[in-house]
Amino acid sequence: MPLTPEEVEVLQLSLKVAVWSVLVSLPLAIGIAYLLARASFPGKSLFDAAVHLPLVLPPVVVGYFLLLAFGRSGPAGSLLNDWFGIVVMFKWTGAALAASVMGFPLMVRAIRLSFEMIDRKLEAAASTLGAGRLAVFATVTLPLALPGVITGMLLSFARGLGEFGATITFVSNIPGETRTLPLAIYTYTQVPSGDEPALRLSLIAVALSLAALFLSEVLVRRASRRVFGDDAHSRR
Amino acid sequence: MTLTVDVEHRLGAFRLKSAFEVGEGVTALFGRSGAGKTSIVNAIAGILRPDRGRIVFEGEVLFDSGRGIDVPTPRRRVGYVFQEGRLFPHLNVRQNLRYARLFSPEARRSVRFEHVVELLGLAHLLERRPGNLSGGEKQRVAIGRALLSDPRLLLFDEPLASLDSHRRNEILQYIELMRDEVKIPIIYVSHAVEEVVRLADTVVLLSAGQVTAVGTAEEIMGRPDLRPAAGTFEGGAVIDATVVGQDMEYDLAKLAFDGGTLTATNVDALIGEPVRVRIRARDVSIALKRPEAISIQNILEGTVRELSPERGGEVDVAIAVGGVVLRARVTRRAVDRLGLAPGLTVHALVKAVSLARAGSGPL
Repeated sequence: MPLTPEEVEVLQLSLKVAVWSVLVSLPLAIGIAYLLARASFPGKSLFDAAVHLPLVLPPVVVGYFLLLAFGRSGPAGSLLNDWFGIVVMFKWTGAALAASVMGFPLMVRAIRLSFEMIDRKLEAAASTLGAGRLAVFATVTLPLALPGVITGMLLSFARGLGEFGATITFVSNIPGETRTLPLAIYTYTQVPSGDEPALRLSLIAVALSLAALFLSEVLVRRASRRVFGDDAHSRR
Repeated sequence: MTLTVDVEHRLGAFRLKSAFEVGEGVTALFGRSGAGKTSIVNAIAGILRPDRGRIVFEGEVLFDSGRGIDVPTPRRRVGYVFQEGRLFPHLNVRQNLRYARLFSPEARRSVRFEHVVELLGLAHLLERRPGNLSGGEKQRVAIGRALLSDPRLLLFDEPLASLDSHRRNEILQYIELMRDEVKIPIIYVSHAVEEVVRLADTVVLLSAGQVTAVGTAEEIMGRPDLRPAAGTFEGGAVIDATVVGQDMEYDLAKLAFDGGTLTATNVDALIGEPVRVRIRARDVSIALKRPEAISIQNILEGTVRELSPERGGEVDVAIAVGGVVLRARVTRRAVDRLGLAPGLTVHALVKAVSLARAGSGPL
């Protein structure tokens, strides 16, 4: 079954939104995961809770807050507009922003766990070999956390691909701009003749999710083998 | 080179308060587990920050709590071989070795990569990952990695602890080779007498966080009064000797020392090579007259120096033979029957098969 041009458009948009949401949030997620895994500071548990908030809040609420903050008159929105000329409201970039906010806690969690699993004695060993803090992080800590980073990226990617509530609240449902896969499926279910296209898109979503899962499994396995030695993945 | 350590540190109920100064060669930090040995090397490396104190190496202050000086670990240029190796699991052996190179400017490098690979026999391991190495191989790579960071000082923290006795001997040989080839001062932490005796020029004896004695291996091992602090080691003498002959027919080696010659089996060394042998006190018997028709191969004439009573009716007799002091562990009854007293001339009997090259015997 060849895809219709409209389906291709939806698919491309969804991938673009999900990929960008992952890439944009990755550096921040790594930083915050490291902070949560290693640092202790007053208000840490509150900070931790705030990071996890999108996981438990109704997505519509997150979308609404995004609307308040990033709308043209919102504080963050006007800042982005004034400094960089970036408008996220009713744009695909807004959809990516919503997706990254919703996937953020999942990403932080996975990366944090892998930071916590690292044997810190290896970092001490690196420092005796002349590596400063930043070098230790780049050459030992981060490479050893790679399986967790990949897992976090996949979870956030999958979350971004399925994002609905926050997206439709924040950037609405504009064909070709913000109508991602879930929004397109929802739209079809609202019209009498939409059964078949809704099913087709749903099947595409299933295929896409399976492909992503499979890819990440391969990547995590490869990374684990690199990090822990040959048969370590099966042991974990 | 001088390393001055004077540190105080409290870790729970354990209190470390140690001060000592050491020079060239291999210095062993020796003592039972829990004596504070590892804490001291960690402080030297900058991994542990002592509560109070001063650490000075070759005139450079590495740590001074009073003046607020604490040189960060990467800038201390101290090579550290850990008990468990601590190779980076995500890098292969070559990359592990090269890792040390990343942070040492080319101009400073004193050892060549190829030289280290050859010295430690690593050529066939370069492409392997640490997960696929044996314990002994891991430690060799760890030693190579520490060397390649061009350290001014090398720290070994019980590098043989996780190895079986066969591997221990192998790694000891590599460490000896390194000590003689690469002239970097070494601090060697151990609770095993054999290792300390074989490697160390200076021994710092530690007990419950405090320095009990500093001296040569011969001095420390020969002093019965230090035995409680040194742990379960058996009294005895450590003798520096040179191989002067090999009897191929009987598989015997003749060793010359300051006081005569010794016949020994199982000395795997070439003529002219220096060896250190350890003679356990309980392997030495005493005779007043030179015995005849006896299987004992080593009969050394000497003078009784002192008698130290031990537990359970045993007595340690120190016998001066030339420039060295042997120890014989005998019964109190034997002391009385032979009339052993300081100044008496006696013959010390040592079985050739009991002579072990230090470090190669059972630990």
